[in-house]
Amino acid sequence: MNRSQFDLAVGAFVALGILALLFLAMKVGNLTGFDTGTAYVIEARFDNIGGLKVRAPVKSAGVVVGRVESISLDGETYEAVARLRISSAFRFSKDTIAIILTSGLLGEQYIGLEPGGVPEYLVQGDRVMKTQSAMVLEKLISQFLFNKAAETPGQTK
Amino acid sequence: MKANPLSILTVLGHALTSRLERLGLAARFAFSVFGVLGVVFLRFSLIIRELYFSGVRSLSIVIVSGLFVGMVLAVQGYEVLQRYGSTEALGVIVALSLVRELGPVVTALLFAGRASSAVTAEIGLMRATDQLAAMDMMAVDPIARVIAPRFMAAVFSVPLLAALFSAAGVGGAWIIGVKLIGIDDGAFWSQMQASVDVRIDIVNGILKSVVFGVAVGLISVFEGYFAVPTAEGVSTATTRTVVTSSLTVLLLDLVLTVMMFRGLN
Amino acid sequence: MPEWRRIDMSNEQDIIKIEKVKFAYGERLILDDLSLTIRRGEIIAIMGASGGGKTTLLGLIGGRLAPRSGQVIVENQNVPTLSKSSLYALRRRIGMLFQFGALFTDLSVFDNVAFPYREQTDLSEDMIRALVLMKLEAVGLRGAAHLMPSELSGGMARRVALARAVTLDPSIMLYDEPFTGLDPISVGIIGRLIKRLNAALGMTSVIVTHDLNETLRLADRVVVLSGGKVHCDLAPDQIRASSDPFIRQFADGLPDGPVPFHYPAPDYIKDLLAP
Repeated sequence: MNRSQFDLAVGAFVALGILALLFLAMKVGNLTGFDTGTAYVIEARFDNIGGLKVRAPVKSAGVVVGRVESISLDGETYEAVARLRISSAFRFSKDTIAIILTSGLLGEQYIGLEPGGVPEYLVQGDRVMKTQSAMVLEKLISQFLFNKAAETPGQTK
Repeated sequence: MKANPLSILTVLGHALTSRLERLGLAARFAFSVFGVLGVVFLRFSLIIRELYFSGVRSLSIVIVSGLFVGMVLAVQGYEVLQRYGSTEALGVIVALSLVRELGPVVTALLFAGRASSAVTAEIGLMRATDQLAAMDMMAVDPIARVIAPRFMAAVFSVPLLAALFSAAGVGGAWIIGVKLIGIDDGAFWSQMQASVDVRIDIVNGILKSVVFGVAVGLISVFEGYFAVPTAEGVSTATTRTVVTSSLTVLLLDLVLTVMMFRGLN
Repeated sequence: MPEWRRIDMSNEQDIIKIEKVKFAYGERLILDDLSLTIRRGEIIAIMGASGGGKTTLLGLIGGRLAPRSGQVIVENQNVPTLSKSSLYALRRRIGMLFQFGALFTDLSVFDNVAFPYREQTDLSEDMIRALVLMKLEAVGLRGAAHLMPSELSGGMARRVALARAVTLDPSIMLYDEPFTGLDPISVGIIGRLIKRLNAALGMTSVIVTHDLNETLRLADRVVVLSGGKVHCDLAPDQIRASSDPFIRQFADGLPDGPVPFHYPAPDYIKDLLAP
C-alpha cells in the first residue's frame, strides 16, 4: 500500500468517526444550538421546588426557552432560589409568573413561564415576582382527605 | 522447599519492589515519549500509517460489536421496561448506557485485544531482531520514529472508534426496538434527546475514551519496547499488554465515572 | 537538519582508544581494566570465548553501553559523557553491521538502504535512488532492490545490511559476528567486501568474530580477549605460529584447554553415588 492509499483509508476513517460524533450529538443528544447562543440569567424563589432538578427545562407555552442553572436555599428566608438561564431570543415581561409543573402525570418537573402585560422586560439579574411552588403529593392527599372530611358534616371521628 | 513466613515475605516484597520498579520505568518511558511528540507531528505520514493499521483495521470489529451490544441492550431493556409500562424509555437507557459507559469501555477493550496486541508484538519483534538497536546506531531515535506514531494513533483512534461503537449501538437498538418490537419511532428519539445531554454525557464519554486511548497506547508500546528479546519474551509481552490494558481501562473507568457522573442530582 | 561535524583527524592516528574500562552485568565482571588502541585504517579482529565481552566492546564504542569506569574515546570524544545530540552526531560517522542484519522487515531492500539517506539528508529522491543503487551494486545485490527482507537468504540479508551501514560513508565500521551462520561462499563474499570497503572508503573496521580462518585472511591485527582483559594482540602470522595454549586451543578448535570443557561441577563419583 502506498502513501495515498493510506491517506484515503485514514481520511475515510476519520470522516466516519466525525459523522458518528455528529450523529450522537444531534440525533441522540440535544445539541440544538441553544446552549451555544447568548442568554441571560434571572432568579425565581419558591417555597418548595419539589422534584425540580438542575438542567430541567424552562418552558413557555410548552416551548423550551431555557434551563435551570442552579438551585440553592436562602439561609435566611428559607426559600428555594432557582437561577434560570433564558435564551436571549426570548423576552419576558417583568410581571411574568414562574410555575413548577410536571410533565405528564408522574414525569419530570420543569418551570413554566406565563408572561404578563407590563411593557418592561426581565433582564440579567432580575427576580421573577410571582411564583407558584410545586405540588407536593403528600400535601395534595392530605388536602383531599381534609376536603372530603369537611364535605360530610355530622360525622365526628 | 519449606514455606516459612520469612521466605514468603521475601517473595512478596520482591514482587512488590519489582512491580514498582517496572512502574517507575514505565513512567520514565512515558515522559520520553511525550517529550518527542512535538517532533513526531512533523512526520505526519508516520502517524497516518499507524492510524490505518490500528484504527481503520479495527473498524469492522468495533462497528459489528457496537451493533450487537446495542441490540442486546434493546432486548434486555425492553424486557425490564415493559414490566413497568415505560417502554418508550428504551431509547434513553440504551443511549445513556452506550454513550457514558459501554462505548468508551468496550471499544477500549476491543482495541486492546486487536490493535494494541499487534503493536506490542511488532515492536517486540523489532527489539528481538535488533531493528531498534540498528535504528539507534543509525542516529535515528526509535522513540520518535517507531514508538510515538503508534502511541498517537491509539490516542486518535480510540475516541473515534468509541463514537462509532455508540452510534452503531443506538442504530442496533433502533432496529430491534422500533422495527422489530414496534416501539414508537418518535418517542424513541425524542425521549432520548430529552435525556442525553451533549455536555455531560457525550463529551464526558469522549473524554473517557481519550484517557483510555492514552493508557492503552502507552501500555502497548511500553511492553513491546521492553520485551525480552526472544520469541517467548514477545509472546509474554503481548499477553501482558492485553491484560494490563484491560485492567487499567476498567480501573480508570471507575475513577472517571465517579469524577464525572457522581453529583448529577 | 541533523548536526554534521567536520572532525579534523588528519593528525590523529589513534581513532579509538579504550582506556582501563571496567564493565559488568550486575555482579558479573565482563571487562576488567581493559585497554586497547585502534589505529586509523586498520582492520582489527576481536576474538575470544563466547560471553567474553566482544560484543560488549562494540556496544561501548557505539555508545549503547556505558562502562563502570574508564574512558572510551572515539575520534577524540569520550563517548559515555556525550549528550544525546553529540552521540547521534558521532554515530553518523559510525556504521554497524548487526549479527543477522537487523533489516527493517516492513521495508523493501531498496527502502532499507535508502533509510539513512531519507532520515539524515535532504537529498532528492532521484539522487537517493542513484546512491542506493550504487551501494547495492557494490555488494552485488542491485537486482534484489525490490525484494522484501523475508525473501532474502542469510547471506543476502547481511550484504544488504552492509550496504545500508555504509550509506553515509562512515569512518568507522563495526561488525558483530558477520560470518556466523553463513555458508562458506557467503563467508568469502562478506570477507572480501569488508576488505574492499575498508580500503575504498578509507575506514577503520572492528570485527567481532569466531571465524578464525576468514579473520586471518583479512585482518591486520587480531586481539584475543580472555578473563575480561586483552590476552594477546598479534598480527595474523604471529597467531598462526603461536604456541600459546589459549591461542592454540582457539586456532585448532581443541575441546579442552585453557577454556575448560567441563562446566564447574562437584566431584563426579560423589555426584553419581549421592543418595
